Amino acid sequence: MSKILIIGQQAEGKLSSSIAKVVSAAKLVGGDIEVAIFAKDGSGAAAEAAKLEGVTKVLQIDRAENDHGLAAIVAPQVVELAKKGYTHVFAPGTTFGKDLLPRVAAKLGAQQVSDVMAVLGPTSFDRPIYAGNAIVTVEAPAAPAVVATIRLASFQAVGSGGSAPVEKISVDVALPTHTRFVKLEAQKSERPELQSASRVVSGGRALGSSENFKVIYALADKLKAGVGASRAAVDSGYVPNDMQVGQTGKIIAPELYFAIGISGAIQHLAGIKDARTIVAINKDAEAPIFEVADFGLVGDLFTVVPELTSKL
Amino acid sequence: MKALVSVKRVVDYNVRIQVKSDGSGVVTDGVKFSVNPFDEIAMEEAVRLKEKGKVTEIIAVTIGGAKCEETLRTALAFGADRAVHVKEESEVQPLTAAQALAAVFKKEEAQLFLLGKQAIDDDANQTGQMVAALLDLPQATFASKVELEAGKATVTREVDAGLETLEIDLPAVITADLRLNEPRYLKLPDIMKAKKKPIAAFSLTDLGVTPGAGLKASKTAAPPKRSKGVVVKTVDELIAALKGKGLI
Ligand SMILES: Cc1cc2nc3c(=O)[nH]c(=O)nc-3n(C[C@H](O)[C@H](O)[C@H](O)COP(=O)(O)OP(=O)(O)OC[C@H]3O[C@@H](n4cnc5c(N)ncnc54)[C@H](O)[C@@H]3O)c2cc1C
Ligand SMILES: Nc1ncnc2c1ncn2[C@@H]1O[C@H](COP(=O)(O)O)[C@@H](O)[C@H]1O
Repeated sequence: MSKILIIGQQAEGKLSSSIAKVVSAAKLVGGDIEVAIFAKDGSGAAAEAAKLEGVTKVLQIDRAENDHGLAAIVAPQVVELAKKGYTHVFAPGTTFGKDLLPRVAAKLGAQQVSDVMAVLGPTSFDRPIYAGNAIVTVEAPAAPAVVATIRLASFQAVGSGGSAPVEKISVDVALPTHTRFVKLEAQKSERPELQSASRVVSGGRALGSSENFKVIYALADKLKAGVGASRAAVDSGYVPNDMQVGQTGKIIAPELYFAIGISGAIQHLAGIKDARTIVAINKDAEAPIFEVADFGLVGDLFTVVPELTSKL
Repeated sequence: MKALVSVKRVVDYNVRIQVKSDGSGVVTDGVKFSVNPFDEIAMEEAVRLKEKGKVTEIIAVTIGGAKCEETLRTALAFGADRAVHVKEESEVQPLTAAQALAAVFKKEEAQLFLLGKQAIDDDANQTGQMVAALLDLPQATFASKVELEAGKATVTREVDAGLETLEIDLPAVITADLRLNEPRYLKLPDIMKAKKKPIAAFSLTDLGVTPGAGLKASKTAAPPKRSKGVVVKTVDELIAALKGKGLI
């Protein structure tokens, strides 16, 4: 039977919402599902993880060094833990998981499966390649363990009606001092989080300035939507990097997505393939975004979007 | 200080990928190949560090078949001083690539390893982290800013929450994100000069690497196609359409 170890990403004592989706993928593998929380004080995150349906046990590993979730520091502890009979090690496909898990896989001597989008069996998975323009089915060797990151847009979060036991454990390994956290500049926003929002409004290069982005924010606020952007909008400095949607930004799966003044490059589309409904507003009727949009409106965003916002 | 930069030959990012009808992979015949865009950024960063006097020698490295020589020539035109070609005609998965790259890094006694954060063919996003693990070195992935001082680097990273800054001791592994820099256009004299720069060749066996059991691809499929929707003429029509589907 499978015994799955999930790395329970947390920040400031709170469990990342990505973990409920990783548990969902783990349930498709079946077997025991354990979530390990590496934190300075993981009680809060551990309690949240214990409630996730399908989790059989939560391991809480408190250590001052774990405070910022640095890969070089967490990895040796995961490796030590993973050797205790786990058949699978899963992490979310967030920047945290992507940074950490290959470090674990290399130490275990396992080839990692990145961005699992479907679980076909305990060792068989679908994953995207070429910015999602092809999907490959891979068989991973069962030994030493199956190590995989989970593509969040592909799985629904499990509910929180569970009550798994929480066990405090210590993992005795020496930790390196060669990596030191300096700071995190996080954007505080009242708007729904991009990766879990059911509606997202994104703006592109056409916005022309950060000042003009207010037309995007106004529409988003009316719709209670999260706000995203194309790479061009981020590179031009209109919005911060954490708003980028696409192959190298965030992969999202909202019910409703607005692409405004975005041409629809394949790298951008890679981030919105799972959106249920795509609306495109662009002044160029030939823009590639219209080939994937469920509803397209050809027009100048600076007149169309304010009109839409006022009529909603 | 010596810097090692890995460059991978990949299908150009502008190519619209076609899946082979028998599901055995994607069409690569007659398709344009280029240097992985993230590796060009890594290369550009190394060159800028050399121009600032922080790096003294740049060594470009690739793993792949004979055609990868082109990739190395591009890296040499950017400003690498010499190159290492790890020759292997069959597909190399990230752990094997990382083992080979780690061996080259050790052999060269380099202080800094710059890689792309991901190769745009396999989209694995693993190799840099694996190299760092195998060598027990610090890593700073998804870098958007790198500052080198004596014995250490301060790196700004693009993470989901925003921008994270780390301080890491050298030697270290850094993987480049898109906003680290904008690679320069190559000039003809540099391309000509690159032709004369030395390339050393090794096999995986020379480096003591035996590929282990990797992932086995059984089938490659095209993603579900989105059908072209409808074009509405006015904002009112759009609102009516969205209301009709219960979306607003
Ligand atoms: C390796 C790699 C990774 C990448 N990763 C990403 C990624 O993750 N995400 C991403 O988005 N991109 C990514 N890109 C970049 C991508 O290729 C495109 O360059 C980018 O998406 C273009 O952004 P855009 O659509 O905003 O700009 P443009 O392509 O310049 O499009 C602007 C659009 O706005 C329209 N327009 C202009 N004015 C108006 C107006 N007044 N009203 C209405 N419409 C107007 C134009 O018709 C045009 O269609 C990546 C590229 C590479 C090489
Ligand atoms: N065969 C290869 N040759 C040279 N560099 C490689 C190779 N495979 C991976 N890399 C490097 O590792 C990075 C990440 O690749 P990946 O883990 O495959 O996404 C790439 O951007 C390259 O810098």
